[in-house]
Parts: sequence; structure tokens; C-alpha cells
Amino acid sequence: MIKLEGISKLYPGSPDPAVGNLSLEIEMGEFVTLVGPSGCGKTTTLKMINRIIEPTAGSIEINGIDAMSVPVHELRRSIGYVIQQIGLFPHRTIAQNIATVPQLVGWDQGRIDSRIAELIEVVGLNPEMLTRYPSELSGGQQQRVGVARALAADPPVLLMDEPFGAVDPIVRGHLQQEFLELQRKLGKTVVFVTHDIDEAIRLGTRIAILNTGGVLEQYDAPAVILSEPANQFVADFLGGERGLKRLGLLPVSTAEIARGPVVDRTASTEEARRTMQEHGVDWLGILDGSRLLGWIDANDLDGAQPGAVMPRPFAVSLRSDSSLRAALDAVVTGRARVAVIVDDGIYRGMLDLDAIAEEITE
Amino acid sequence: MTIHAQAGALIDWSWIEQNAGQIWDRTIEHLTLTGISVALGLVISVGLAIVALRWRWSFSPITWTTGFLYTIPSLALFAFLVPLVGLNEVNAVIALTSYTLLILVRNIVAGIDGVPAAVLEAADGMGYTRRARFWRMEVPLALPAIVAGVRIASVTTVGLVTITAILGLGGYGFFILRGLNTLFFTQMIVGVVLSVILATLLDFAFILAERTLSPWARSSQ
Repeated sequence: MIKLEGISKLYPGSPDPAVGNLSLEIEMGEFVTLVGPSGCGKTTTLKMINRIIEPTAGSIEINGIDAMSVPVHELRRSIGYVIQQIGLFPHRTIAQNIATVPQLVGWDQGRIDSRIAELIEVVGLNPEMLTRYPSELSGGQQQRVGVARALAADPPVLLMDEPFGAVDPIVRGHLQQEFLELQRKLGKTVVFVTHDIDEAIRLGTRIAILNTGGVLEQYDAPAVILSEPANQFVADFLGGERGLKRLGLLPVSTAEIARGPVVDRTASTEEARRTMQEHGVDWLGILDGSRLLGWIDANDLDGAQPGAVMPRPFAVSLRSDSSLRAALDAVVTGRARVAVIVDDGIYRGMLDLDAIAEEITE
Repeated sequence: MTIHAQAGALIDWSWIEQNAGQIWDRTIEHLTLTGISVALGLVISVGLAIVALRWRWSFSPITWTTGFLYTIPSLALFAFLVPLVGLNEVNAVIALTSYTLLILVRNIVAGIDGVPAAVLEAADGMGYTRRARFWRMEVPLALPAIVAGVRIASVTTVGLVTITAILGLGGYGFFILRGLNTLFFTQMIVGVVLSVILATLLDFAFILAERTLSPWARSSQ
């Protein structure tokens, strides 16, 4: 556990503290995002954990060890650190950059080499890059190396200061997704600073929303913050579309998935008509056993047996772990006004607007 | 020494052949004066740069002083030093060394200052001690700028050594001065051409050293 107790940072000559009397507890394995407007002290707070910035008051405990009682270089070797400007060492190859902390803590070369080979895979880079210098890599590739370097000596805690802030939005999206998967796999405790509330929501298991001077306004799971903002400041900071943002966090499987207006391709014309009537729709999903073939229009049927009509494919099909926000998008853009859910070719059911809205208002 | 050879010929090749030994001696003298002065200058400059980096306020007075030394005409400085140290190598080395200080101190400080803040923060964050960070990050990253300073200082010094001919030294400058006095152009040309060649060779050698020491800087896209 990382335990910040009453930490403050007062810069000489400044009347107000950058961070004043902040307490925060972070459980092991958590992914905590620190977010807030500029001047809220989120970066200062992060940098006090590895004492890049020395607190003027308060205590910091990491896994039961008082961070102030150990030599600062030793403390930092056990904490991964990634910054927005990346800061790769330009005179060292990618392999040497990744090897930084293992070398500092005295691993033997064999162990370092195998660790480098492992990490370059983990962060999704070509091993050919290992002999290159940082200036030969793109920004996105450099930040992958930055993450690999931070993970090298397998620290339990990672501190990240807007690590994906300097790359373009498409690369940022990829890096966020990959890093999230990586963190879940490795079970690292991550403290992550961002000014982007959407990034904070997407990545964090808990979000700490800070106000000017390091005032903690709310500290909760993203879904809770979105549905119950503690005060007006938090509500304003979350901005519009809170309902949509919340849907983005929830998987399709949390909503009530209905079987919907579907029949097997072997069903009779009569059964097909009755199913449409029951659901009050003028179209019908056609199944072949557990496979969803597509849909047919009521007019196509025209007395024929469902199996005799060529079904049209659904434009979008989702999985049980897709987000409800994606499901909503499928509903409003598709002709059938439903989101169909198919896992590995097996039809699970469908969601309509009401079923999704239920989750927003909940 | 005789003034002879084909009338109108600018270069008397036979003189060069006959005086090969002396030319070689003056080459050694030229290189020695340059080498000692730049080496001494580097040692002093490293000291001054450390002071300037450690106590920032001292950078201004240091550049002001070394800048003042740099502006003194060389002939005047040699003359000024005669009553103090005499008409000898010590006089020459003191003067030549003082001219390297401004270039070297500025380049060393600029080199260290040029190390990106993000690199230093990352090094701190990885757990480098202050001393290890200086030797393994700041010094290697500043090396290209430092070597560039040594290169400029060396080339400048090669030129200035010729003026020490008035102290009876001068390396190749000895030939230039004597050639001027006797209007024997072969000597003058030998002195001038060899000084230029020496400066150019040193320049290339340091460019090569700069590249070898910073393979990472070459691969920039």
C-alpha cells in the first residue's frame, strides 16, 4: 500500500502551498489516476512519492516502509518512473536504456540480457530496435521503451506523469489500451497523472480528483464518480456527457440482454409473423442453430418461409465485453435499432435503447 | 643560407631538402607549444567550469575575465610578460593558454547545460546518485561540445604559435619571420603552408574524435 499522510509542498516565496495537507491511500495492484486542472498539484503529488520533489511536511509510506528513511536513490530504484518527455538517454542504445535499473542494482549480464529480450516483446517492439539509439525511434516507440525501462527491475510500483501526453491521439489510444492490458497482466500498482478526464476514466480503477492546492475533491471508482459526483467542482470537471462516459465503462453484459425478435431459419411463416407482432417490429433476426445469419424485412417475407429469404447482415455486431457506449452507437446507427451481441459466432441476444438507458439512469 | 636558384622561381626545393631536419624540429616545437597550451588551458577550464556550474553567480565574472584575456593583442601580451617571466617558452605558454580559456570554459558549461532536463529527471527517477549522474549522463552527453571547444582552441592556438617567433620560438612562425626579414620567399611559404596544413589536420582529427565519441548523435533522423 502507498500511504500519503498529510503531505504538503510549500515552495519558498510562494504564499500558498502547491499541495497542502493531502492524504491518500493506494492499495497494491490498483491503478489510480490523479486528475485535475493545472495548478492542482497532481504532478507535485506524484513526484513526492519518489521524492523527485521533497515534501515539506507529511509522511509517505510504501509497503510499510517510510520513504523518508531510505536513501533517495535506493527508494527510486524500486519505483518505476515514466515521464511525458520520456527522457531516454540519447547516448545509450535502446537495450542499454532498458538495462538502466538492473545495472544500477547489480544484476549479472545474463539476467539483464534475458530481461531485455522479454521486455521488448512485452511492450510490443521489434527486437531489431535494441541496437538503435533513441533518436532513431518515433515518439510512440520511444515511450514504449520508456515503459520497458521503468518495468525493467520489476518494481511493484509505477509512477507515470502524463506518459502518453506527447504522442498523437491514435498512438495514444493504442498505448492506453496496451498499457491497461499489461498492467492487468502484471498486477503493478500504478499512480498515473493526467489532465484528461477521459483518460483518467478509461485507465483508472480509482480516480483522485484534485482541486487547486492539492485539495482532494473525490476519490472513487470511475463509475461512482460519474454517477455520484461529490460536489459541483467534480461535476463541472467531469464535463458533459457524463451518462455516455459511464456507459463507456460498463460492459454489455451488465445490461439485460434479451433474445429479441429472432427465429430459426426452419421456422414457419406463421411463427415468423407472430414473433414480429409480439415485439412490435417489422423485421426479424434469422438464426441457424446458434449462429445469427442476419435479418430480413417484413416485406421480404411476403408469405414465404423465413429460410427462403436471403438475410441481410447486421452492420455492427458486438461482444459481451464491448462497452455499452459501443452498444448505444450500434443502436442509433443501425436500421434495426438494436445492438446484436455475438461471442465467437454464438448469438447471445440483443439490446435496445430502453435496456441501455436503464443502465444510465441506474 | 644563400639566395640562389632559378630566377623567378618562388620555391627553392633544394633549400627544403637541405633543411628537412630543421623543418622537422620546428614541427615538433609547433605541436609541443600547441599541445601544452591547450592541455593546460583544458585543465584550468575544467576547474573554472566546475566552479561556474557549482556557483552560478561566478559564471559571469569568469567569462568576463577570460573574455578580457582573449581581447588582449597577442603581441602586447608577450611583451607584457617579458619583464615578469623573460623571453622564453614560459612566456609563450602563459599567453597561448590564456587565449584558450574563454572558448573552453564556454563550451564546457554550454555542453553540460545542454543536457536535456528530461534526461536528468529520468536519471534521477531511475535512482542514479548525483555523482553517478554527472559522470555517466552529463559528461558523456557534453563531450561533443567539449571536444568541439578543444578543436577550435587548438586551431586558434596553431595560428597564434607563429607569433611566438618574436620570442625566438614560433614553430613554423620562425620560417615566416625569417623569410620576411631576408625576403627569402621559400622559407616564408614553407612556414605559411605548413601552419595551414597543421591547423587543417588538427581540425579533421578532432572532428573525427568528436564523431567517434558520439556515435549516437550521428544517427539522428
